[in-house]
Amino acid sequence: MKDPGGKKGKTKRVGPPPIKSYLPPEFMIDIDDARCIRCEVCVRQCSYDARYYDAALDRIMTRDENCVNCNRCVVFCPTQATRIRYNPMTYRNNSNWRPEGIRTVLRQAETGGVILTGMGCDRDYRIYFDHLVLNASQVTNPSIDPLREPMELRTYIGRKPDVGEIDLSSGEVGHEYPNLQLEIPVMFSAMSYGSVSLNVHKALAMAAKQVGILWNTGEGGLHPSLYEYGPCTIVQCASGRFGVHSDYLNAGVAVEIKIGQGAKPGIGGHLPGEKVSKDVSETRMIPEGTDALSPAPHHDIYSIEDLAQLIHALKETTDWKRPIGVKIAAVHNSAAIASGIIRAGADYVALDGLRGATGAAPKIIRDNVGIPIELAIASVDHRLREEGIRNRGSIIASGGIRNSADVLKAIALGADAVYIATSALIALGCQVCQRCHTGKCAWGLTTTDPWLTKRLNPEIGKERLVNMLKGWAMEIKEMLGGMGINSIESIRGNRFHLRGVGLTTEELKVLNVRHAGE
Amino acid sequence: MPGGKGHIARRNNPYNQDKVSEACGLFGMMSKTGKVFDGTNAIRAITNMHDRGNGLGGGFAAYGIYPEFREYYALHVMYMSKEAKKGTEAFLPEHFKIIAGEEIPHDDKHAPPDPPQLWRYFVAPPREVLNEEPTEQDNYVVQKIMEINTKIEDAYVFSSGKDMGVFKGLGYPEDIGRFFRLHRYKGYIWVVHSRYPTNTQGWWGGAHPFSILDWTVVHNGELSSYGINRRYLEMYGYHCTMHTDSEVMAYAADLLMRKHGLPVNVVASIMAPPFWEQIDRMDEKKRNFHKYIRMTYGSLLMNGPFTIILSHSGEMIGLTDRIRLRPITAATKDDMVYLASEEAAIRVVEPNLDRAWIPMGGEPVVGKLTPKAMEEHEVSGPREAHGRKARGKDL
Amino acid sequence: MMKHGPGTEDEEEDEDGPFKERLVERQVMRVVGDTIEVDAEGLQYRDLNLIIKQNAWAGRKRFKIFNVFGQRYIGTGVDREVDIEVYGTPGNDLGAFLNGPTIRVFGNAQDGLGNTMNEGLIVIHGHAGDIAGYSIRGGRIFIKEDAGYRVGIHMKEYKEKVPLLVIGGTAQDFLGEYMAGGRLVVLGLTLGPEAHHRANFIGTGMHGGVIYIRGDVADHQVGEGVARAVLDDKDRALLDQVIGEYCRFFGGSKEEVLKASFVKLMPMSSRPYGKIYAY
Repeated sequence: MKDPGGKKGKTKRVGPPPIKSYLPPEFMIDIDDARCIRCEVCVRQCSYDARYYDAALDRIMTRDENCVNCNRCVVFCPTQATRIRYNPMTYRNNSNWRPEGIRTVLRQAETGGVILTGMGCDRDYRIYFDHLVLNASQVTNPSIDPLREPMELRTYIGRKPDVGEIDLSSGEVGHEYPNLQLEIPVMFSAMSYGSVSLNVHKALAMAAKQVGILWNTGEGGLHPSLYEYGPCTIVQCASGRFGVHSDYLNAGVAVEIKIGQGAKPGIGGHLPGEKVSKDVSETRMIPEGTDALSPAPHHDIYSIEDLAQLIHALKETTDWKRPIGVKIAAVHNSAAIASGIIRAGADYVALDGLRGATGAAPKIIRDNVGIPIELAIASVDHRLREEGIRNRGSIIASGGIRNSADVLKAIALGADAVYIATSALIALGCQVCQRCHTGKCAWGLTTTDPWLTKRLNPEIGKERLVNMLKGWAMEIKEMLGGMGINSIESIRGNRFHLRGVGLTTEELKVLNVRHAGE
Repeated sequence: MPGGKGHIARRNNPYNQDKVSEACGLFGMMSKTGKVFDGTNAIRAITNMHDRGNGLGGGFAAYGIYPEFREYYALHVMYMSKEAKKGTEAFLPEHFKIIAGEEIPHDDKHAPPDPPQLWRYFVAPPREVLNEEPTEQDNYVVQKIMEINTKIEDAYVFSSGKDMGVFKGLGYPEDIGRFFRLHRYKGYIWVVHSRYPTNTQGWWGGAHPFSILDWTVVHNGELSSYGINRRYLEMYGYHCTMHTDSEVMAYAADLLMRKHGLPVNVVASIMAPPFWEQIDRMDEKKRNFHKYIRMTYGSLLMNGPFTIILSHSGEMIGLTDRIRLRPITAATKDDMVYLASEEAAIRVVEPNLDRAWIPMGGEPVVGKLTPKAMEEHEVSGPREAHGRKARGKDL
Repeated sequence: MMKHGPGTEDEEEDEDGPFKERLVERQVMRVVGDTIEVDAEGLQYRDLNLIIKQNAWAGRKRFKIFNVFGQRYIGTGVDREVDIEVYGTPGNDLGAFLNGPTIRVFGNAQDGLGNTMNEGLIVIHGHAGDIAGYSIRGGRIFIKEDAGYRVGIHMKEYKEKVPLLVIGGTAQDFLGEYMAGGRLVVLGLTLGPEAHHRANFIGTGMHGGVIYIRGDVADHQVGEGVARAVLDDKDRALLDQVIGEYCRFFGGSKEEVLKASFVKLMPMSSRPYGKIYAY
């Protein structure tokens, strides 16, 4: 039975009634009546208005068309009485017109709009990490046991000198470029306040501080309550320049110019007015309730020399004490772009691959634009070395880093460190339902609705993030030790420790990795 | 002389291995006062460590052996084919003044099977180059060596320093020593290596020492960081062609000590740095220094087990990796300094030592010529002076 | 082609020079009283060890080996309680898998001393190299001076077997790594007045046994999971006995040695890595 409007319906309808939808619900909610104790936890937990309690029938009723498969109800039901499943619509087998494709056309016919989505590309493109295997040492080189012998993961991000300048009599060293110190080569990637909640930012900041790494504010500015975490914060300067003023720029330990991101290369961002709450408004320094639009390009960067100009402007503002980085999406000529960025004076290049996630992006762009990060790292690292400028900046890779092996493979391909975002959100409870753009995240993560955001306790969130990174750090140490390496410097860019499995000659060439068995 | 059966890599490296793993024995002896002596004792010492090798490579480096040709670069070249010799002998006069050229004397009776042609040329750079700083002359020679090694197929320059030479090949070191008649050369440093490669059949160019200019390295161990060491050095114009990981150590020494002018203890801190937990406990100046060094030269951290004897005119340096996965014993007797994988090898040469000890991992042992000896052998002073001045131009 | 440079002198008759093989009549082995004396010069280790083994199995109890230069595995496979004196520098793995003999070395030992030893006694009048006492399960090793890396690594105890490893000088990093049992004693007698033990990562991975160090070590030198304990009477009795034996072998005054303070290191748990895995 449907309950038109719903108790918690937030959408206000404006204009003529919508065209009748030919789309049946994507998901079905099952409730095991024998187990259900009518505690209504699932009703309260669901933020998509997919359930309600019918007192007359003494039953939990469902609005399947609203269910997004975020699993909040499933996890929280005390008796495991409920389950979500795909609505078993049957279409004739068609490799070309898959059900997803059919649904998308229907939705566009109904709305006339650009289909939005959240999180990262879910298409079946090759995942190169899953085709790369790592080495281990035996006999000719002892493996090292990280539980008993030292294993070093400390990493520095920033420009390094080409020649070590040391005054031999005094022991003084030459000019030192500003660098960021990371205890493990993993950082939290940019997620703007507005696309995620303040509690998420708090959890990320606290976890970064505890582990000894950095987190990134994203393009939504830095909330005043988080300035105390400045020493482990990278502040982002994006095209909309939200919240960007000199205090902000000096609040963190680095400034990152966001040119693009892997989820939506080439286009800007859009935070709908509904998500611009009072807090968001203060942090972004825009009026409450207005849309926050990030233009596609920075309107002061139309060519590479403009980027050089902006980089130096930021260096001046931060008194040349902070590394300035540039984040780009991984696209076809990433190598040339990265080279230009480094030559423009950036201290690091952040490459965001095809699998990078977002709070909101057009689905068609998310799924079709950009290249996998593995290939981008390989070609950028190679190009910078060929040109003899690899020392001038670090490479940070992101977009689909799912586990510690991905981290290590990214570093072996040439990255200095990686950025993670999706895995961090999953650690906080995200189920990758891809509905971030609705602002109704039942887990309280990608929303600014206070009723929802309080569902994440930052302290507990921090614990979960720290746990995950602790596990990853230990795993990385074990893998390094297995290769007979006790310092992360020695695996960085060391492609000899990788082999490809099931890759074409061309792919192996781009990655500059040999096939397993060779 | 038999020769020319095809590209070395294809013939002797049938699995197309990028690098070969090493297990080996090494020995070095030096007279600090510059006394010269022949290679007999080095051979005796390495024979004692026979079990550390498997006959697939042996080699020597000796310093002070060409006093009459002291100002010229002594190029030792191996030719795997007739074309290689033709090509090189066409290349050399275009880029160098050749004072003398001849086959490296050897004893056919004790030849290992199927040796390549082995020639030596005493050369000087052309006049324009001679007018430049000594380090520019060195850079010129390095560049030309890289050209020969990468562009002329089957030709490998395996020694290119002044008043020193590398003698190596496919066989037990004692046999190689006999082959090259090393009892007839007299030098003040002798270093010898016995090879035990595990991956390939071994090839003539793969034996140690590896050298560039007057830097020689003998290495026991395997570099798990080879992949990145090599790529970093490529950025500075060094190309690895010998299919053996140890090669990068010679180039790293040339880059760090000659071009960047860094002294031995700094180079040791680059190749075998202290751990971050140790650095964090140091006083601020030292902490800063080590942090700077590791950040700048992290890609030259030599990871994996190693003991090396790195030598150049006037110095013999022993160094192990920072968790000492390979052995080394150092010893002294009067003016002699000894380094070896096993103490017994030193005792064979000198049973009554003044002192024998085992250095800590990452801490170099350095034997240096006295200033008087340096004068006698015309060894130039501290490299820093040249290195510093030229640094700007090198980049 | 002109001839230049060394190596090109006119051929001599004796061109092999110092390499010419000289056949010399030499007596390798002789019996002196109840002792077998062996001149090991130029002897391959297999031949040397065979001489020792065959004579030991035939009932001989005393051996003196002279001119030892690097022969390996001396004492291995003998499996009898014989007495072997070694003069020179024995090679790697001296007394590997030792099961009974007493070996006394008048010189320095190399790496692998007493590797996986089960029973017996080894006395070194000099220093020793790396991994001395690796996986030792029983017996005793006394080293007069210093020792190298990873000494006593994975030392064990089993039933009534409690091995003992005594170093008169100082040791290098990873002392007692992964120790599961036994007693490791370091006396620091070679350290000068201002010098300290320099070993790092002492006892890392230790889950059994005890390490005694004469003098002191800083907290950062001690591995994770290793605790300092207070010496009790049993400890002191052990040290008294051990140092007494050391002085009998090498000289010196037990009372002088015992005057200094000792550090006692023990594992915090016998399962130091229980918590790092997720099931």
